[in-house]
Amino acid sequence: MIASHLLSFSIWLPIFGALVVLAVGSDKNPAPARVLALLVALAGFLVTIPLYTGFDAAKSSMQFVEAAPWIQNYNISYLLGIDGISVLFILLNSFITVVVVLAGWRVIEKRVAQYMAAFLIMSGLMNGIFASLDAVLFYVFFEASLIPMYIIIGAWGGPNRVYAAFKFFLYTLAGSLLMLIALLYLFLQSGGSFNILVWHALPLPMNAQILLFLAFLVAFAVKVPMWPVHTWLPDAHVEAPTGGSVVLASIMLKLGAYGFLRFSLPIAPDASHALSGMMIGLSLVAVVYIGFVALVQTDMKKLIAYSSIAHMGFVTLGFFIFNQIGMEGALVQMISHGFVAGAMFLCVGVMYDRMHSRLIADYGGVVNTMPKFAAFFMLFAMANAGLPATSGFVGEFMVVLGAVKFNFWTGFFAATTLILGAAYTLWMVKRVVFGAIANDRVAKLTDINGREFLFLGVMALCVLGMGLYPFPFTDVMHASVDHLLRHVAAGKL
Amino acid sequence: MNFLMPDFYPAAAEIFLLGMACVILLLDLVLAQNQRWIIGLLTQVTLVGCAAITIMTASGQVVLTFGNMFVDDLLSDFLKLLVYFSVSVMLVYSRGYLALRGLDKGEFYLLVLFATLGMMVMISASHFLTIYLGLELLSLSLYTLVALDRDSARATEAAMKYFVLGAMASGLLLYGMSMLYGATGTLEIGGVAQAIYHGVANKTVLVFGLVFVVSGLAFKLGVVPFHMWIPDVYQGAPTAVTLFIGSAPKLAAFAMALRLLVYGLFELAEQWQLMLMIMAVLSIALGNLAAIAQTNLKRMLAYSTISHMGYMLLGLISGVAANDRHFALNAYSSAMYYTVSYVMMSLGAFGMILLLSRAGFEAENLDDFKGLNQRSPWFAAMMGMLMFSMAGVPFFIGFFAKFSVLLAVVDTGQVWLAVVAVFFSLIGAFYYLRVVKLMYFDPATDTEPIKASLDMRLLLSANGLAVALFGIFPQAIMSLCTFTLLRSL
Repeated sequence: MIASHLLSFSIWLPIFGALVVLAVGSDKNPAPARVLALLVALAGFLVTIPLYTGFDAAKSSMQFVEAAPWIQNYNISYLLGIDGISVLFILLNSFITVVVVLAGWRVIEKRVAQYMAAFLIMSGLMNGIFASLDAVLFYVFFEASLIPMYIIIGAWGGPNRVYAAFKFFLYTLAGSLLMLIALLYLFLQSGGSFNILVWHALPLPMNAQILLFLAFLVAFAVKVPMWPVHTWLPDAHVEAPTGGSVVLASIMLKLGAYGFLRFSLPIAPDASHALSGMMIGLSLVAVVYIGFVALVQTDMKKLIAYSSIAHMGFVTLGFFIFNQIGMEGALVQMISHGFVAGAMFLCVGVMYDRMHSRLIADYGGVVNTMPKFAAFFMLFAMANAGLPATSGFVGEFMVVLGAVKFNFWTGFFAATTLILGAAYTLWMVKRVVFGAIANDRVAKLTDINGREFLFLGVMALCVLGMGLYPFPFTDVMHASVDHLLRHVAAGKL
Repeated sequence: MNFLMPDFYPAAAEIFLLGMACVILLLDLVLAQNQRWIIGLLTQVTLVGCAAITIMTASGQVVLTFGNMFVDDLLSDFLKLLVYFSVSVMLVYSRGYLALRGLDKGEFYLLVLFATLGMMVMISASHFLTIYLGLELLSLSLYTLVALDRDSARATEAAMKYFVLGAMASGLLLYGMSMLYGATGTLEIGGVAQAIYHGVANKTVLVFGLVFVVSGLAFKLGVVPFHMWIPDVYQGAPTAVTLFIGSAPKLAAFAMALRLLVYGLFELAEQWQLMLMIMAVLSIALGNLAAIAQTNLKRMLAYSTISHMGYMLLGLISGVAANDRHFALNAYSSAMYYTVSYVMMSLGAFGMILLLSRAGFEAENLDDFKGLNQRSPWFAAMMGMLMFSMAGVPFFIGFFAKFSVLLAVVDTGQVWLAVVAVFFSLIGAFYYLRVVKLMYFDPATDTEPIKASLDMRLLLSANGLAVALFGIFPQAIMSLCTFTLLRSL
């Protein structure tokens, strides 16, 4: 039963668990809700592990497939399946959920059950996005995942949370509505099928491909986010509670990039080639320009948000240079960024919980009062800058290699990230962590406790492990990436 | 001249309802004040009885009776059952509200029953006169219901506006029907369709009549530019009556539109399609834009109704331009599905206003929903689901309603129309989100505990959950809509 419905369990276990958390939760005694939420998150992570261990990396076809009719009037089915591209994200998502529940343990004091439930529901919905092979199912999960995030930002966020929550919701909705029309168009063109794999094989003329590509681009570019539709992200990140920022950076941004691989590239391969120049250009703008923008930030969360945009620019760059090393590098970068950016936001959260400030200027000399914390922060910052032996290096190096292979100047501009990334990250660390103790409040800081040590330590292990030995991550994706690139190269014309 | 006794059997439910209404009217005279609850109960019993009769007399065939003036088919049976159901739900929601305001008199129940009878006649009409008869019975009952609270100046004003504009719209409709009669020589919907098909009718007169018929219809549906009455009436009427106006009559109006335009005037589709398309786009645009500016929830929902009816019309007009019968059927059924899901959401949303209202306090302003999550997380979640559903966000029923309508539109090749529709639904999302924001992000200003009877709480919860449940499993209602239309077209 469980073995044949692993994907369904990874989606619905957290969601139904969240409903139980809501039921047992009370404002007076939040402890049961916390414990239960942690148990649900752990169970949700455990059911995803067999997805990796049982995954046959030699095959490029979909695995763990589940199919059931859903809405027969429109031939919509409950069709789930994963390939080497999506399997890692489901694991990452379920893992991050555990971390997020831990991170919100003591910090969140009002309406704990609702907070935990929102994260669990979102985790289930996002697993649904990565596992859906039916376009309507994908779309339904894609949009439904906005609701919990909207509430997380708005209900537990900072002072400007309402603005950020609306901006987040409406930006993403605006993008996805055009995608909905593209999906309906494809349904009619394919003679009545919402099966994404059927669409992959569907021949389409060039002008239709271009329009479809653009419709998908709007949806996914907002989500990634790509320059110039990135402006919602700094607001959302700054206002969201720590857990919200972590999920946003680690998982939600990956949905857009994943969408390119699942929809844009295979459905409109010729348009992808034709428009790759534009995509590479936009990606490089994100890498270089946003890198400079990050340099001048005074708010730590905003700085990491801009650094996320720059890193995601790297990911889209890796996709649209159409070679194996570039695309795999981009995927590795996505996973690595999930760990690194998530960990960076956790670190800022740890400081914010003590100081209630995110401004770099309010800090200085944190290492003197929080040495253990400073060590972690330094490690994640190095990973963010792409230091060898951390996970950040692997992906960036692969993408730069791919880019140089594709075109020297593309590679050249892409490589500036190594300088810019190091500059903005390390300069921030220098101002926050090192130097003399800046003020009394820093002097009174206490170092991280056991719970914080636990989740930062686990993240640190992931970052180092992936940096030192990335093969468990790259091996599963070889066959699928190869298959995808072949498909895109063959074209549909 | 032979007088043929008509077959009363297909109209048994209408006859039963009329009889029961008379019984209730008489009972109301003799019952003492403390026995008044019997009337409410009897009204519910009547509705249940009607449902039973409708199910028993359903034959699955198209049966015409009363000299082809009255039709009983699956479509009418299905819509009538939905009407009974929503009226019954409405009565449960409004009981406490009316009692606190001294409005739960016999007249209310009686007028509701007559309005229900009017809707049933409209749904089963296959003749211009029957349509008009049903429509007037419904409208006159509604005018009176709006003015039920005699001491409220706003309600009286709303009733006046509704009456004057409604009477004019009825006049337009009648005038249009008379033109159609002049051109085709018959008032039967089937006969009109035949006459136009055989080309014996004068096209100019037909189109002229059509314009008036469509205007009258548009008024009843409340689409731009015939929407002026909706915000004032929705806001001015007692909330219980607003709930009534905003739910079941939409089903009847849908039936009327379908019978008049698709059954009767299909050959003129090219003309009415264009008219309705313009109206639909304008409704979606204006409804969604104007709703943003509202601070009164009832008024906001009124504008949202206008936009929802616009979406429904998009489904209706797509049936005509569809490539084949299968898609035409899907298009009509998408419009029907949209109407059904709208009624479900509308019942829930107005039900929430009734829930939060109490003696001397109408929870009709948006600010009255502030911090509802602190006061009652359960009902905040219900309202949240209703709002997301209205905005068309999955997993709620409103999403699949929009989905099926958009699919029908894209199938006609008018992708731009779908783009316009989704663009304005994006704008619409803003004001629905604002309600969620008030409930979840803002602290509560009103700390009174929510008092409501158990049956209301249960039913409202069921209503909210149904919006989610039918959003996750939309197949059942969709198939029912398609099936009934397939057997009735």
